[in-house]
Amino acid sequence: MKNTGIFLILTALVLWIALLFGNTYKLTPEILLETASQEHADLLRPKLEDLFDQEHSNVFSFSSSIKNAITEVNKELDAEGKSDQKIYDTYELSLTKAAGDGLVSNNKGLLFGLVFSLLVLGALMFILPDLNLLPGIKNDGIFHHPGTSVKWLGIILGALLIIFYILLYFFPHFIANWIIVLDPLSNFMNGNKASQWFLYGFLYTIAVLVMGIRMLVKYRHSKYQMIRTGSVMFFQLIFAFMIPEILTKLNMPSADLKNMWPLDYSFFFDYRIDQKIEAGTLGIFMFVWGIILFAVGVPVLTYFYGKRWYCSWVCGCGGLAETLGDPFRQLSNKSLKAWKIERWMIHAVLVFAVIMTIGVIYTYMSGNSAIFGVIDTGTLRYYYGFAIGSIFSGVVGTGFYPLMGNRVWCRFGCPLAAYLGIVQRFKSRFRITTNGGQCISCGNCSTYCEQGIDVRWYAQRGQDIVRSSCVGCGVCSAVCPRGVLNLENGPEASRNI
Amino acid sequence: MQIAIIGNGISGITAARYLRKDSDHEITVISSETDYFFSRTALMYIYMGHMNYEHTKPFEDWFWEKNKINLLNRHVEEVDFDHKNLRFSNGETFAYDKLILATGSSPNKFGWPGQDLRRVQGLYSYQDLEALQSYSDEIETAVIVGGGLIGIELAEMLKSKGKEVIFLVREASFWNMVLPKEESEMINQHILEHHIDLRLETEIAEILDDGQGNVKGVKLKDESIIDCQFVGLTVGVHPNISFLKDTKLATEKGILVNEFLETNIPDVYALGDCVQHQNPPPGRRPLEQIWYTGKIMGETIAKTILGDKTTYQPGVFYNSAKFLDIEYQTYGAVPATPEEGTEDFYWQSPVEHKLVRIHFKKDTKAVTGVNTFGIRMRQGIWQNWIEKETSVEEVLINLGKANFDPEFFKKHEQDIIEAYNEQYGASLKLKNKKTGLMAIFQ
Ligand SMILES: Cc1cc2nc3c(=O)[nH]c(=O)nc-3n(C[C@H](O)[C@H](O)[C@H](O)COP(=O)(O)OP(=O)(O)OC[C@H]3O[C@@H](n4cnc5c(N)ncnc54)[C@H](O)[C@@H]3O)c2cc1C
Ligand code: SF4
Ligand code: SF4
Repeated sequence: MKNTGIFLILTALVLWIALLFGNTYKLTPEILLETASQEHADLLRPKLEDLFDQEHSNVFSFSSSIKNAITEVNKELDAEGKSDQKIYDTYELSLTKAAGDGLVSNNKGLLFGLVFSLLVLGALMFILPDLNLLPGIKNDGIFHHPGTSVKWLGIILGALLIIFYILLYFFPHFIANWIIVLDPLSNFMNGNKASQWFLYGFLYTIAVLVMGIRMLVKYRHSKYQMIRTGSVMFFQLIFAFMIPEILTKLNMPSADLKNMWPLDYSFFFDYRIDQKIEAGTLGIFMFVWGIILFAVGVPVLTYFYGKRWYCSWVCGCGGLAETLGDPFRQLSNKSLKAWKIERWMIHAVLVFAVIMTIGVIYTYMSGNSAIFGVIDTGTLRYYYGFAIGSIFSGVVGTGFYPLMGNRVWCRFGCPLAAYLGIVQRFKSRFRITTNGGQCISCGNCSTYCEQGIDVRWYAQRGQDIVRSSCVGCGVCSAVCPRGVLNLENGPEASRNI
Repeated sequence: MQIAIIGNGISGITAARYLRKDSDHEITVISSETDYFFSRTALMYIYMGHMNYEHTKPFEDWFWEKNKINLLNRHVEEVDFDHKNLRFSNGETFAYDKLILATGSSPNKFGWPGQDLRRVQGLYSYQDLEALQSYSDEIETAVIVGGGLIGIELAEMLKSKGKEVIFLVREASFWNMVLPKEESEMINQHILEHHIDLRLETEIAEILDDGQGNVKGVKLKDESIIDCQFVGLTVGVHPNISFLKDTKLATEKGILVNEFLETNIPDVYALGDCVQHQNPPPGRRPLEQIWYTGKIMGETIAKTILGDKTTYQPGVFYNSAKFLDIEYQTYGAVPATPEEGTEDFYWQSPVEHKLVRIHFKKDTKAVTGVNTFGIRMRQGIWQNWIEKETSVEEVLINLGKANFDPEFFKKHEQDIIEAYNEQYGASLKLKNKKTGLMAIFQ
């Protein structure tokens, strides 16, 4: 059964990759006009002459030609001193999608259904037989398995994930076919064609749900883990995926209402503020809600429950880490050196996020594009988005799951985690209690701590664990064979540190 | 002053760390097992692939140099107590001013024919683990001899790799010298649930040679033969002191020490598994091979050596173990069968492997100990109850305070108190519900 499951998953994967090559593209002046604005169409038309009315089968060269055309147009505009007319739209994706005319474009629904039913069915066939094992911690063979111990399979998985993120963020036009097959679903949910972000959201949600089921099976002896996993599955499906799409369909500003600044680093960007203001009452409500979340929600809830209320119960990044990432949690580095790097790095990102945001708000309010006349806020914003938003949280954050564990982003890069962590460390009732002298220093807790906390260091001294990075996943407590650890909230003074 | 410590297990290492904390003496820890301190209790997890050896080292490698604790990978062959000198197996010698013996245990072997064949072993040292790993693939069927804590670990290890495991236990029920009947029977059942072939009241007579020095099977006392490729001998351990026999050092089963952990020779101390207490603390046995006692002895000896002469006081007994999927904790004394003047209150879940047994005195109802299976309990609270001789009824109405299970876990205090009320015709009511997250969420 498990092997059949693997076979189906692999079939789905091969099919999915094959989709990239299963289409032809034919760009016509009409398509150009339908897709691009009149102005842009006029600018682009001369550059795209060569492509018109010919059938292309290679998505890479086809979409690259479009991209080149845009680049050329922009260059010329620069040279003519008309930089304000430059094209920022990603027509290389929308035109490629629209020009698609082949097997994939003509069988969107069928291919979508085939790939994802094979994938989900295969995954369930792989996961559900574990119900036959007796409930309890079952970590057998994790460090012998090539996928979960940074051996060949782990490296392949990591490479695939990294490639996927690079394509998604920087070359979405290369994966236009994947986005095409999601058009029907996107259309159904929000009334528009799929974007690369719809694809991403969909895959993300599938990953959280399917791997969430795995988590539920694996930890079915622990009600804490079951409820917590149910919570991240719920927030991903409803808040991150469905509500924003429905809002779009209703012509309202779409928003992931559980996401918050500074993780949601573009919260204060001009276009997002404007969008909310235009939307009237609901938009204003969303804006105020977003501010209340981080200004009041974080300190209050973290005071009572620790940062776990967000990081391992609600957050989308955390949700993916706790589901898709669970098989890799043991790969986090536990050394003191890693902790030192973590501390400066995550706080540096927080500082960067705060400065960038202040700059952006300043520009928004004053109209000046530079703070103190030197730092250009647009540049700041661009680099934050590129380095932190795309590379760190995506490519590294998830791509490195099989190489460095499932919380690389949450541990080293997330500015919100840094903020929550400061509250947790200095003003919170949360701690992990150590049960007297019962610890036998076996090391299971430290090994399975996704945040790389050397839990044993504290446990074997009989100290409570109060660390800013602890996301309260509770796995250290679950894997401890001697019942030494417990996540608890209690009077601050009773934290034994 | 040169303080030499033989043994880099929990006892020797704890002594070294506490000596270092409060002094500048030269400290050298000598061991021939591994270069660095690792956690013996985690041997099973390395084999099962839960962890690598690296994960079982409680301190990173730089820790020792930074704290100026010298580590020496040597085997001590002889101690010259008169000249305060050690002789290593490579011929080198090493002079000390004070000597701490923390040499641990060795697995018992009872002189069975064939006990030294290849693929016959105990599970104690890192070398034992390496040996097992080296021929693990040759094993289809394994026989484990001896039903104790290490026996069941070894059974679980082999089972995790898909081996057929036959678990031979001499007693009528698993570990019933320590566990009362119900506990022991629950574990018997759980062992069978894991498809481990538990055979009670079964003893081996001989281990059979395949003609090339490998084990090919065991012959039981009833003459029947079991074919197997591996025999695990887990019939207890004894202090590892053979190299100290026939010296001036006073030994019996272990190295004899007084309440300060001093031996009969000045400047020579002993701790951990290898000692035999001449006057064991109340409620304690002369030999106690437990992780945390080694730790407490290490802290104690450091104080004594640094001039603050301190008696070894391990406090109220406690221990814990995990039998496959069932966690077990115990506080105080719960004998396998109640002694004169004491009795047990016991509750068992009808649906899960959960069990609580409270042992108390008949006259005062003062609790003396608890066994808890499948429910985690707080050491601090139980220690206090036992020390203060709290009555069983007081304990029961406050039982929630002792609960250490994770949030949202099913609570059984109500069931437990109802069972007590029924058995004893009492009408106790629970006092303390769990506070914290639960109080707000529930
Ligand atoms: C598989 C297993 C599981 C266990 N699980 C638990 C548990 O769950 N809970 C619990 O409380 N206890 C448990 N124990 C028991 C616990 O591990 C021991 O009580 C503890 O390790 C003893 O520590 P120690 O420092 O006294 O001796 P050891 O850890 O045995 O250290 C002694 C060291 O000295 C070295 N040595 C000895 N003689 C010489 C010499 N002549 N020259 C050089 N070096 C020498 C040895 O090689 C060894 O490295 C377990 C034991 C085993 C084997
Ligand atoms: S310390 Fe425990 S609860 Fe906190 S992140 Fe690590 S494993 Fe999770
Ligand atoms: S898992 Fe438990 S017993 Fe093992 S080191 Fe951690 S706290 Fe100690």
